[in-house]
Amino acid sequence: MFDKYMIVEDTLRNVVKGDDVTGFQLGVRLPYYRGLGLSMVEDVQVTVDGETAPASAVSLTVHGNTYTLADLPGIFDDRWEMGEIATVAVDKPGGLERGEHSVAVRERLRISYMPVPGGGADQKVLTLRD
Amino acid sequence: MLSTAHQIKRGVSFYSYQEECFLKKMSLEDCVSEAATIGALGIEIIPEQSMTGYPDPGAAFYRTWDGWMEKYGTTTVATDLFLDTKRYPGRVMTLDEMTESVRRDLDIAKRMGAKHVRAIINTPPEVMEACASYAEKLGLKLLLEVHAPFHYEHPWVIRHLEVMHRLQSPALGFMPDMGTFVERFPRVMSDRALRDGARPHLVELAVETYNSRGDVHGLMDTFNYMGAHPVEQGIARLSTFLTWNDPRVMLEHMPLIHHIQAKFYEMTDEGTEYSIPYDKIIPVLIEGGYNGYLSSEYEGNRHIQDIFEVDSVEQVRRQHRMFERLLGEDEGVAAGASAQGGHSVR
Repeated sequence: MFDKYMIVEDTLRNVVKGDDVTGFQLGVRLPYYRGLGLSMVEDVQVTVDGETAPASAVSLTVHGNTYTLADLPGIFDDRWEMGEIATVAVDKPGGLERGEHSVAVRERLRISYMPVPGGGADQKVLTLRD
Repeated sequence: MLSTAHQIKRGVSFYSYQEECFLKKMSLEDCVSEAATIGALGIEIIPEQSMTGYPDPGAAFYRTWDGWMEKYGTTTVATDLFLDTKRYPGRVMTLDEMTESVRRDLDIAKRMGAKHVRAIINTPPEVMEACASYAEKLGLKLLLEVHAPFHYEHPWVIRHLEVMHRLQSPALGFMPDMGTFVERFPRVMSDRALRDGARPHLVELAVETYNSRGDVHGLMDTFNYMGAHPVEQGIARLSTFLTWNDPRVMLEHMPLIHHIQAKFYEMTDEGTEYSIPYDKIIPVLIEGGYNGYLSSEYEGNRHIQDIFEVDSVEQVRRQHRMFERLLGEDEGVAAGASAQGGHSVR
């Protein structure tokens, strides 16, 4: 229901560690009208310029706490709050080129009162600056 | 003539302001302040939406909340709980785990000063039964939402009715959602389908079938055979989620009804809800002696946000002007609402 707000404008950055560009990151919200415990965040899929990042390369940071996607099913004491801009980081040596990128994010959420998986999808063109 | 004498009070669920809260355009205090401004003095809050750090927001949160209630002259009327039965991967919560989850939310409601707790529709009747005495001890009512497409003859609701009638607990009951009384297909939904590319003749077929009480469940196959694409299939499916019932169905269950979620999709420029006939609903509530709150629940945002700036505040204000009219507050004849309201609502 808030799909169009999932990808946050002007948040695409490369991740630099020391002298190396190790990947990229962007700000992402839940498409949901409430917060959700992380064990129910089943997937956060990031596709840039048609290339979908492997799940093993993706991590999620909410209010300072960083988890890999593989961690999430076992996290019962932390939440992604409603409207909270989480940082989704993707390991990708060299990161992304400067300039415009087509970014798609698809989230799969386990919502107990729904018979089918919930979640949402968004797609935007973001510009990576320095 | 005091034919409109009643004890119905006005409130607002902060669900209504979700668009602005999501985008941080309104703070939680802004919501309280706005509700007070329009005389919607009963506050309904969804802790998992509005409470950072749920389920343990810390003592400071509660102190601040209490301060706002005092400052703005508002009262916490209801909290809405969720039950994440699928919290653990690969299995459903046990009865004990569900009971513990509900009890934790009852504790939060108690701490916030609420009297009523919305039990989400997927809450099993066994969990309601297991929590009844705890809720009673806390002075709370645990109320199952009756939300479209559910209704009082639905097999799931019948299982709940069996528990309520057997236990005769003062702590159990219903929280009807007025979205079960959609008389006319919401225009915001059909317009959105058109903008999303649904062909007009199929949208019209869905709207007409719904509005004429036709076989909406037959639409899915019909649309399929007519070559409908996914957006069009979506509008057919939507027509099966919407329901119209005569609001008088509530009369039989009125002893169990303690809070009303006044769902709405579009308050028009003329001051009426396009699809939900509150002019038919409110007289039934008055006739039944309902004495709780009409708690605004605006849900139009998701249908218009693709091209319009959502203005939940204005939509809720319009609904409350309609309530004032239908409750007779503008004539000063309401026995309870204006007296309890305490200050000017204009």
